[in-house]
Amino acid sequence: MTQARKRYLAWAVVALLTGALAVAAAGCGGGGKSSKSKPTSGQASIGKGEGALNLIEWPYYSDPKFAKKFEQRSGCKIHRKDAGSSNQMVSLMRTGGGGGGGQWDLVSASGDASLRLIRGGDVKPVNINLIPSWNDFIPIFKSPAHNTVDGKHYGVSLQWGPNVLLYNATKIKPGPTSWAALYDPKYKGQITIPNNPIQIADAAFYLQHSQPDLGIKDPYELNKKQFDATIALLKNQRKLVKLYWNYDTDGRAAFANGDVSLGAIWPVDTLALQAKGVPVKEVIPAVGATGWADTWMLAKKAPHPNCAYLWMKYVTTPQVEAQQALIFGETPVNPKACPFMNKIEAGSCAKYHLNEPLNYYNTIKFWKTPIPDCGGGKNDCMNYNAWQTAWTQVTG
Amino acid sequence: METRGTRIGLGVATVAVIAFLWLPLLLIMAYAFNSSTIQSWPISGFTLHWFREAWHDPEVRRSVELSLKVGLAATAIALVLGTAAAAAIYRFRFFGREAVSFLLLLPIALPGIITGMALNSFFNFGGVQLSMWTIVAGHATFCVVIVYNNVLARLRRSSPSLIEASMDLGADGWQTFRWVIWPALSTALVAGGLLAFALSFDEVIVTTFTAGAQTTLPIVNAIVFVVILATVIPVTIAQRLTGDTGVLRRGAAASKAAAAATGGGAV
Amino acid sequence: MTQLVEAGASLRSARLRLSAALWRRPWLKLALLLAAPVLVFAVVYLGALASLFVSAFWQIDSFTAAVVHKWTLDNFRTLWHDHTYWRITGRTIGLAAAVTVTDAVLAFPLAYFMARIAPPRWRALLFVAVLLPLWSSYLVRIYAWRTILAKNGALNWVLNGIGLPDAGLAYTNTAMWIVFSYVWLPFMVLPVYAALERIPDNYLEASQDLGAKGSRTLRSVILPLAIPGIVAGSIFTFSLTLGDFITPALVGGAGSSFIGNIVEDKVGQPDIPFAAAFATVPVVVMGIYLLIARRLGAFEAV
Repeated sequence: MTQARKRYLAWAVVALLTGALAVAAAGCGGGGKSSKSKPTSGQASIGKGEGALNLIEWPYYSDPKFAKKFEQRSGCKIHRKDAGSSNQMVSLMRTGGGGGGGQWDLVSASGDASLRLIRGGDVKPVNINLIPSWNDFIPIFKSPAHNTVDGKHYGVSLQWGPNVLLYNATKIKPGPTSWAALYDPKYKGQITIPNNPIQIADAAFYLQHSQPDLGIKDPYELNKKQFDATIALLKNQRKLVKLYWNYDTDGRAAFANGDVSLGAIWPVDTLALQAKGVPVKEVIPAVGATGWADTWMLAKKAPHPNCAYLWMKYVTTPQVEAQQALIFGETPVNPKACPFMNKIEAGSCAKYHLNEPLNYYNTIKFWKTPIPDCGGGKNDCMNYNAWQTAWTQVTG
Repeated sequence: METRGTRIGLGVATVAVIAFLWLPLLLIMAYAFNSSTIQSWPISGFTLHWFREAWHDPEVRRSVELSLKVGLAATAIALVLGTAAAAAIYRFRFFGREAVSFLLLLPIALPGIITGMALNSFFNFGGVQLSMWTIVAGHATFCVVIVYNNVLARLRRSSPSLIEASMDLGADGWQTFRWVIWPALSTALVAGGLLAFALSFDEVIVTTFTAGAQTTLPIVNAIVFVVILATVIPVTIAQRLTGDTGVLRRGAAASKAAAAATGGGAV
Repeated sequence: MTQLVEAGASLRSARLRLSAALWRRPWLKLALLLAAPVLVFAVVYLGALASLFVSAFWQIDSFTAAVVHKWTLDNFRTLWHDHTYWRITGRTIGLAAAVTVTDAVLAFPLAYFMARIAPPRWRALLFVAVLLPLWSSYLVRIYAWRTILAKNGALNWVLNGIGLPDAGLAYTNTAMWIVFSYVWLPFMVLPVYAALERIPDNYLEASQDLGAKGSRTLRSVILPLAIPGIVAGSIFTFSLTLGDFITPALVGGAGSSFIGNIVEDKVGQPDIPFAAAFATVPVVVMGIYLLIARRLGAFEAV
C-alpha cells in the first residue's frame, strides 16, 4: 500500500467513525426531550425553604436593597444570573436538557419569551393561591395571555413598562411627539432600534394608526398583507438606523457617546442616562406604545421550589413592588404599591402611571408571542417563526 | 545583515504595532476607576468603588473562582493529553497519524459557538448534567491543541542528535531525561500551559459576563486591571527563568528559548 | 587484564543499551497509556459534532418549538433560497479574509524585529507585550474599542484636537474590521515569529553573497520560509473571525450580522436545527481552508 493510499484510508476511518457516531446520536435523540408534560396546578403549600434560590433575571430584579431582607428572613441564599435579552433567558433555561436544567428556579421572563417557555415545557404551573398579593393585582395582570394558558398560571406577574421614544434634547429640536420620527429620513444615521423580532409590532402599531385602511387591530396579530406592509416599512427604516441594540445597555452607551440621538428604548435607560447628565428626554406618543410585562416563571426542574414560592410571595408585596419599580424604572402590577412609591419618591406613583384608570391599559400593547390563531378561527396570522425570519431579513 | 534603514523601519513598525496592542489596554485600566457605569469618553470621575465591589460581591467572587478552577483543570488535562499526543506524533509513524493531528486542530479551527453548541447537545443526548466538569471538558478540547503545538514545536526543533550525544557521553536514561529532554520541554510546557490557561480563563469571563455586560462592565474592568498586574510579574519571571535554557537551540542567538517560553509554537 | 577490560567494556555497553531502551520506553509507555484518553477525547468531540449535525436535518414544531425528529432538508433549502443568508455568509467570509490579511501585514514586521533584530532582553519584553493582551478579557477589550471609536470617543477627540474631522467609524463594518484585527493579532504574531526565527542566518548571508538586494532576499528567501508560519497564524485569525458573534453585536451597526449572530439568535429562539444547519457553513469553509493550509505546509510550520 502506498503512503498516499494509507493516508486516505486513515481519513476514511475518521469519516466512518463520524458517520457511525452520527447514527448513534440520532438513535439517542429519539428519546430526547418531549414537550408534552401533563400540567399540574402546582404544589399545595409552601414548605420550609431549601436554603438557596437560583434566579435568571433582568439586571436589578433581585437588587440587594430588597433581596437582602428576603435572604435573612427566608434563609434562601440568592444566586443570580443577569440576562441581557429574552433570547438569552430562553437559552439559559434550555441548557442542561431544558426546564432550567435542574439548576435554575425562577426566570423573570418578558412577554416575548414567556409563551416560548410554556410551550417548550420549560416552566410549570404555579399555585396562585399561595401568592396572597395576586388578589390585589390590576385585573389585566392576574391572568394575562402571556403567562396563563388554559387557565393555568405559569408564574406570577411582576412589573411592566412601556417602550418609550427617547431623544437627545440638545440635538433633536423640537422634540418628536409621534412614532413617525423613527421612520423619518430626516434623522438618518441617528436612530437606534432594539434588535428583537418583537419590534415588528412597533412598526405594526405605527401603521395601525397611520394607515387605518390596512385594518390592523392588534400589532401582534398580523395577516400576510398587514405583515408584508409592516416589513416593507421596516426595510426602509433600516437605511436610517445606526444601531440595532442587542442589550439595552448598548443603546444606552450609544446615546451617551453621541452616536445616536433618537430611538426606542426603556425607561430604565432614560433614568440611567439622565443620572449621568446626558440631556435625553423620553416621550410616550399620544396613541400609546408597545410594552413589556415581566413574569417570575417557575422552572420545571426547579431544585428549590419552596424558596421560589417564598420569593414570588415576597416580591409581589406592595413595599417590595414599590422599591423594585423605582430601582428599575417600571410600574408595579400591584396598585397597593402606590403610597409606598410616593413615600420613596414623591409623585412617582403618578409618574409611572400606577394610578391610571383601567382603560389606560388599552393604549399599551403588551408583548406577546405571535401565533397563527388570532381569532375568527381562520389561523391566518403570521407565527413567531415568520416574525423571526422576517426580522433576520430586515436587519441581517 | 539588515541595513540600518531596514532595522530602523522595522523598529518603528514594531513600536506602532505594540502601541496599537496596548492603547486599548491602558484605556481599560483607566476605566477601572471610572465613576459612571456608562463607559464614555472622557472618564466621568475617579473612584475605587469597583475594586471594592469586585472584592465584596459574592457573585463576582464565585465567577472568578470558577474561572480559576476551570482554567487550572482544563490546563492540567491539556498538559497531559497534549504532551502525550505530541510525543506520539513526534516519535511514531503510524496509521492515521495525520488524521489525528488534524483532529486535534479542529476544536480551535472550528468556531467556538459550534463547539459549544455541539458539546451542549452531546451532553443533552447523553443526559449529562451540566456542571463545572462539562465546562472543563469543553475548554480542554481547545486547550489540548495549544499544548500539543508548543510541545511538538519544541520536539521538532530539538535535534535528536543531542539526545544521542548525551547517551554517547555516558548519560543514562534518567540523566538524559533530566538534563536534556526536560529542560527543553519544560519551557514549552510552561508556554503552552500559560496560553491555554489564559484562553480558558477568558472564556469563562466572556460567558459569565456577556449578559447585560455593561451593568457589570466596570467590575470586569477592575478585574482585568488586577489580572494584568497579577500576570505581568509571573509571566516576566517565567521569561527570565526560561531565557537561559538554550541547550538544545541551534547556533546564533544564545537564548531564543524565551521565545518558545511564551508560545513560540503555533499550529 | 585485557579480558577484564573487555568484560568491563561489554558491561558498560550493555548498560548503555539498556539505558537507551529505557529512554525510549517512557515515551512508549506514556503513548500507550494515553492512547485511550486521547481516543475518548476524539470520540467525545467527534460525537458532539456529529450529534449537532444530525439535528440540522430535523425541524422544530412551529407551535411548541419542540424539535421534531423527522428527516428533512428544509433548513438547507431555506438557507439556499433566501439571499439574506448568502449576504451574511459573504460578509462573514469577506471580513474574515480582510482581518487575516491585515493581521499578517501587521504581524510580519513585529515578528521579524522580535526574531532577528531585538536583543534577547528586549525579545522577552516584546513577548510579554504581545501576550498580555490575551490575558485581559476579550470582551473588555471590545468595549474599550467602542469607547475609542464612538462619536464622542477618544479617537475623534484626538482627531478634533489636531484639527481633523470626525472619523465616523462607530457601528460600521470598518469598526468590526479594526476590532477583529486587534483582538486576533497576537495569534498571528506567534507563529510568524516561530517561522522567522527558524531561518538560519547563513541563508540570508548566502543570498547577500549572491548579490541579492534586501528586497530580493525578502521576496525570494524570507517570505517563502515565512509562509507556513503566516498560514498557520491565518488559521487562527480566519477561524476566530469566522465564528465570532460578540464583536458584530457590540461594535457592528445596522447590517453587520455574522453567521455566528444568526446561529446564536436561532439557538435562543430556540431553533437548534436551523442553527445547526447554518453552522455547517463555517465548518465546510474551515474544512476547505485547513486542506489548503496543509498544502502550504502550515501543519509543519511549528
